[in-house]
Amino acid sequence: MSAPGFTNLNSSISYGQNPATPHRNGPAQTYQPMHPPTGCYGAPPQQQSYPTIPAHPAPVPSKAPITNSAHSANYYRSNHHQQQQQQHLSQHHVAPSPYSASPSSAPPSQTYATLPSSAPPPSNAHYSQQPLQQQHHPPYAPPGSYYGPQSYHAPPAQQSQQQPSLVPAPAVGPGAPVYPIVSYPSAPGSSQFGTLSSSQSAAAHGVMPTQMGAPLHQYGTTRPASTAAVQPGYGVAPPSHLAPTVNGQGGTGHQHYDQSQPASLSYDSYGDADHPPSGTPSASVHSSPGHHQGMQYGYAANSGASSASAATSGPAAAPSSSSSEDDDDDDDEEDEEAGGDTSSSSTGSASPVPNSYDNLEGGSYPDSMPPSNHMTNQAAPYGNYGYPGMPPAYHQGPAAVTDSSPSHDPYGQSSYQQYSQPFPNMSQLSAALGGLSGVPELEVAALRPVNLLQERDLLPHRPLEAPEPNLSPDLKKVNCCPQSFRCTLTSIPQTQALLTKARLPLGLLLHPFRDLQLPVITSNTIVRCRSCRTYINPFVTFLDQRRWKCNLCYRVNDVPDEFMYNPVTRSYGEPHKRPEVQNATVEFIASSDYMLRPPQPAAYLFVLDVSHNAVEAGYLKYFCESLMDNLDKLPGDTRTRVGFLTFDNTIHFYNLQEGLSQPQMLVVSDIDDIFIPSHDSLMVNLKESKELVKDLLTSLPGMFSESKETHSALGPALQAAFKLMTPTGGRVTVFQTQLPTIGAGSLQSREDPNQRSSTKGVQHLGPATDFYKKLALDCSGQQIGVDLFLLSSQYTDLASLSCISKYSAGSIFYYPSFHCTQNPTQLEKFQKDLERYLTRKIGFEAVMRIRCTKGLSIHTFHGNFFVRSTDLLSLANVNPDSAFAVQMSIDDSLADSSLACFQAALLYTSSKGKRRIRVHTLCLPVVNQLSDVYAGADVQAITCLLADMAIDRSITSSLSDARDALTNAVVDLMSAYKNNVCNLQQSGLVVAASMRLFPVYILSLLKQKALRTGTSTRLDERVFAMCEFKTQPLQQLMRMVHPDLYRLDDMSDQGALHLNDTVVPQPHLLHLSADRVTRDGAFLLDCGNVFYLWIGKSCDHLFIQDVLGFPDYASIPATMTHIPELETLLSERVRAFLDWLQDKRAFSSTLTVMKDNSSAKASFFQYLVEDRSEGPFSYNEFLQHIQQQMS
Amino acid sequence: MAFTFAAFCYMLALLLTAALIFFAIWHLVLPEYLIHFFFCVMFFCAAEWLTLSLNLPLLAYHVWRYMSRPVMSGPGLYDPTTIMNADILAFCQKEGWCKLAFYLLSFFYYLYGMIYVLVSS
Repeated sequence: MSAPGFTNLNSSISYGQNPATPHRNGPAQTYQPMHPPTGCYGAPPQQQSYPTIPAHPAPVPSKAPITNSAHSANYYRSNHHQQQQQQHLSQHHVAPSPYSASPSSAPPSQTYATLPSSAPPPSNAHYSQQPLQQQHHPPYAPPGSYYGPQSYHAPPAQQSQQQPSLVPAPAVGPGAPVYPIVSYPSAPGSSQFGTLSSSQSAAAHGVMPTQMGAPLHQYGTTRPASTAAVQPGYGVAPPSHLAPTVNGQGGTGHQHYDQSQPASLSYDSYGDADHPPSGTPSASVHSSPGHHQGMQYGYAANSGASSASAATSGPAAAPSSSSSEDDDDDDDEEDEEAGGDTSSSSTGSASPVPNSYDNLEGGSYPDSMPPSNHMTNQAAPYGNYGYPGMPPAYHQGPAAVTDSSPSHDPYGQSSYQQYSQPFPNMSQLSAALGGLSGVPELEVAALRPVNLLQERDLLPHRPLEAPEPNLSPDLKKVNCCPQSFRCTLTSIPQTQALLTKARLPLGLLLHPFRDLQLPVITSNTIVRCRSCRTYINPFVTFLDQRRWKCNLCYRVNDVPDEFMYNPVTRSYGEPHKRPEVQNATVEFIASSDYMLRPPQPAAYLFVLDVSHNAVEAGYLKYFCESLMDNLDKLPGDTRTRVGFLTFDNTIHFYNLQEGLSQPQMLVVSDIDDIFIPSHDSLMVNLKESKELVKDLLTSLPGMFSESKETHSALGPALQAAFKLMTPTGGRVTVFQTQLPTIGAGSLQSREDPNQRSSTKGVQHLGPATDFYKKLALDCSGQQIGVDLFLLSSQYTDLASLSCISKYSAGSIFYYPSFHCTQNPTQLEKFQKDLERYLTRKIGFEAVMRIRCTKGLSIHTFHGNFFVRSTDLLSLANVNPDSAFAVQMSIDDSLADSSLACFQAALLYTSSKGKRRIRVHTLCLPVVNQLSDVYAGADVQAITCLLADMAIDRSITSSLSDARDALTNAVVDLMSAYKNNVCNLQQSGLVVAASMRLFPVYILSLLKQKALRTGTSTRLDERVFAMCEFKTQPLQQLMRMVHPDLYRLDDMSDQGALHLNDTVVPQPHLLHLSADRVTRDGAFLLDCGNVFYLWIGKSCDHLFIQDVLGFPDYASIPATMTHIPELETLLSERVRAFLDWLQDKRAFSSTLTVMKDNSSAKASFFQYLVEDRSEGPFSYNEFLQHIQQQMS
Repeated sequence: MAFTFAAFCYMLALLLTAALIFFAIWHLVLPEYLIHFFFCVMFFCAAEWLTLSLNLPLLAYHVWRYMSRPVMSGPGLYDPTTIMNADILAFCQKEGWCKLAFYLLSFFYYLYGMIYVLVSS
């Protein structure tokens, strides 16, 4: 089901579906019940599709789902528009009646009876109770309107065993929703969600059902037995299809549901356990979707459920959701958290049916747990199916899944022992975790004193990797990827005094939303520390199976019952094997507790400058072309809204209301008091008005080609955009080509061209007005992010304009001297950037909170955002290409712990309208020796953090201050090292090997556009470089600061990478010095966003022929921006290498071939930072300068 | 009579403070500066040169502080985008404590001065 294009759909689908799904879930459940009655269900048993039912174990899951569904439902419903959703809806509709039937499913009661027998339910008293409840409540169906049904259904499934017919239907629908808990590894394809859906969708669907069943199981653990019988059918996804037949009505519909339910798959696993039989159940692909659905339903269910006691189980979930909503008031996760807590508490009470609901919210876990036992039996099958998509790691779990139906076994330590990872619940392990021991070789290498005056070949052959923290291998294995989360000191000093002594900055560099595949966890209870709200992570300590100790605040928390079941392995009692505890980076599907309002749809507003200047530059045509090409790739779902607004000295709105024959332009000329001419038709649904949008994009470039208006009313246009977007929030993309001259926010030219190369300092680095900042803060408050594309040939006061993006978490793009015909390089870059920009992932209404171990505190943030409290960033939009930096300080001694942890949690709404939380956790050792601090220093991260600090300094103080501070950073480090660590009374400059590149990097920083003096630099370019420093991820930033230089004409295959069928040579890095660039070679300079291929005058003819396709040096054209695809080995190697470099970055870089002539020389040689150019130090002089300063 | 006046002033000050805190927290600084300036003018009029010289440094600081505030169109001293930086936050807090101490000491000094005048007259 998800297949339909929504790869992510699993998750996303669930959302979209959710609306429907909720119903579906309910319906599904109902269906199940109904089915049984119908007899169709007889088939139901086969309902393999329903197999999901097994999910019944789902009862638990159902809870979670429910909440989710409930919340999501509101939005999603609207979203539902999605095809899938529609399907679901149809199903749902059907389902509803079924649900009602579900009550009828009373037969289930029988099931219950059966259940008990089958169900190990006994294991957990709660569970057993649940079953009972179920039995009593066969009514489940009733409650089930959603939840109830689901859970109930599950029971039915079990029952189904007895009463096959009944079981199938119920199980599927309900279970899935419930299971949301299930964690899917995000599918590779969809970075986050999408992936899951795609891979899992097929299998998942089946799985989902299982989950559904699982929840049920919780209640009627008994189900397992019954489920077994029925479930098998369910389990099989294909069967689901069959099921349709069974269900006469909704066979198809059911299938759909199943799929949706699949989302719950992970949960299913729980359910699966219950439904061993169901084991057949194909893996629940849709787990996520199911969850969503579940959630939606949940909401609905909530109301209903609460009402119905029987439904209680289901209802409970719903209530929780509602509670969460209350929490919504708080924007932050905290609120969410609170909600979660409540739920958890509820979970505690397992007994009464009503409780069951509670359980659902929080307690669902517990319930699920019992099921898990049951599930274990069945689970295995499910797991296999559902998880197929999942990472191998997950699969591992399943094997274990034996039936030790009793939860007890799971708890057995044995399971723990199996783990090699540090997670061990045992407190003992904590000691091991410290893992400070044995670092010997690395540390020694990192500590080797290097005399910079003597050693010249400091660069490694390959680009520098992040240093590995000195942790135990177990911890290392699970630690957060350095590309996402990096600390300047991989060994944290124990006290502030030690940190001060080391003279190194302590800080974090984060790239939280970068494109990656990660496990997605759907769970009704997101396990967090009760006092500091930290998410459970691989570095917590399990004191025993029921308690875990927070690694940030050291509070001891209870492990929720639900958490005891491992959906991946389908085993019970192994909380340390849950994906949350196995991965330092995970993504949760958040429940409504984490929403202040229903998730917003993706909304994009394009604000286009159409003044004479813009027409001259000619960007409009290329923008329209690019948007037209990518219209279908804009991230979003069926609710996606778009709008256009153009401006010169007036503001033009475009009415794109569906049904119009052509777009209508509405002109507002009163720029002093901007109003929105029409409220409904300016931001339109992309899907419904696609033709009109295309019409507009086709005609737009021509409409203003005669424009003579030279004024630009950017300020009023932004105000209009703000008003237009206020109801939804979203992304505003502004294209500007000149200085805003009229209306609010108009600016004056502040640059004096004669001062461009002044060495005295640079004025006007700060904003001239706070108009843009205030507007940005308003935007941020309304969840509107503003991205700025500046295409101008003249001064446009980026220092003021950039504020609009800086404080609304937007991004800034700058194309100096942009002209569509005179500057083809910029045009090409603009087009490539635009394509990436339009199609890249986006998160809306996001907040990011950074938590750290007690004793550490956050000092300053760097990046584009608004800081809402001392540890909370408000991000109206979050994009995968922006990074953040944080300065930390040590408030209290960290002596009582051997580990320090940092956790960044990003809560956002995906473009599919799902609320998600991405959690990164980084764990580092704490040391008390200065030498250890130096050994763990990450020179690249330090450089980037210092660059951020220097930029702040240059704006608040002055540029020369900032430059002095950077130089002093080197001097201080050298002195500190010499005085405290290096006992040898060596002359010269001695530094630890780990920091040997520090002076080079700082020298490079001083020569960057942002910070250089003496070289002519336009103010806008300088300010833009500063913005880049603040927002670029580390790798990209380091390439800009210290470009990578390779020699290409003598590449060998030695040490080459073999990727697929291509061989990627790995030439050695060269120092950035002119004496490395010889006339007889060809060199590639990788500057991050541009490649320079330098061809020496006497370069090998073979290289020129084979790679460039020209006979000799003289025939190479002066401007060449592409490497031809030649069928020669060398050409293939060069292109493979370039592609390989390119693949690692988000925005494609342009290539410029440079010949060895004077004009090119200047632009190429400015990157050779170790040489003396135009005044500043060469590397040698810099070292001598440092030495003088030290004495 | 004197006591009732003091009590009245005290209550008025409390009310004013509460109002300032609740209704204009970011603009609180301006009233503070203005009141302080008003005091200084009164001391000038009363030819209280010693007291005035004690207050002049603070007055100068206030002028400098407000002149060098971040770019903003409205009144106010604190920039919402940077105030959460630990450095700035710590500085502002320290500044607040110091001024509180100064105002408190001045209060007793003024009280002493007032009573001294009342008694001696």
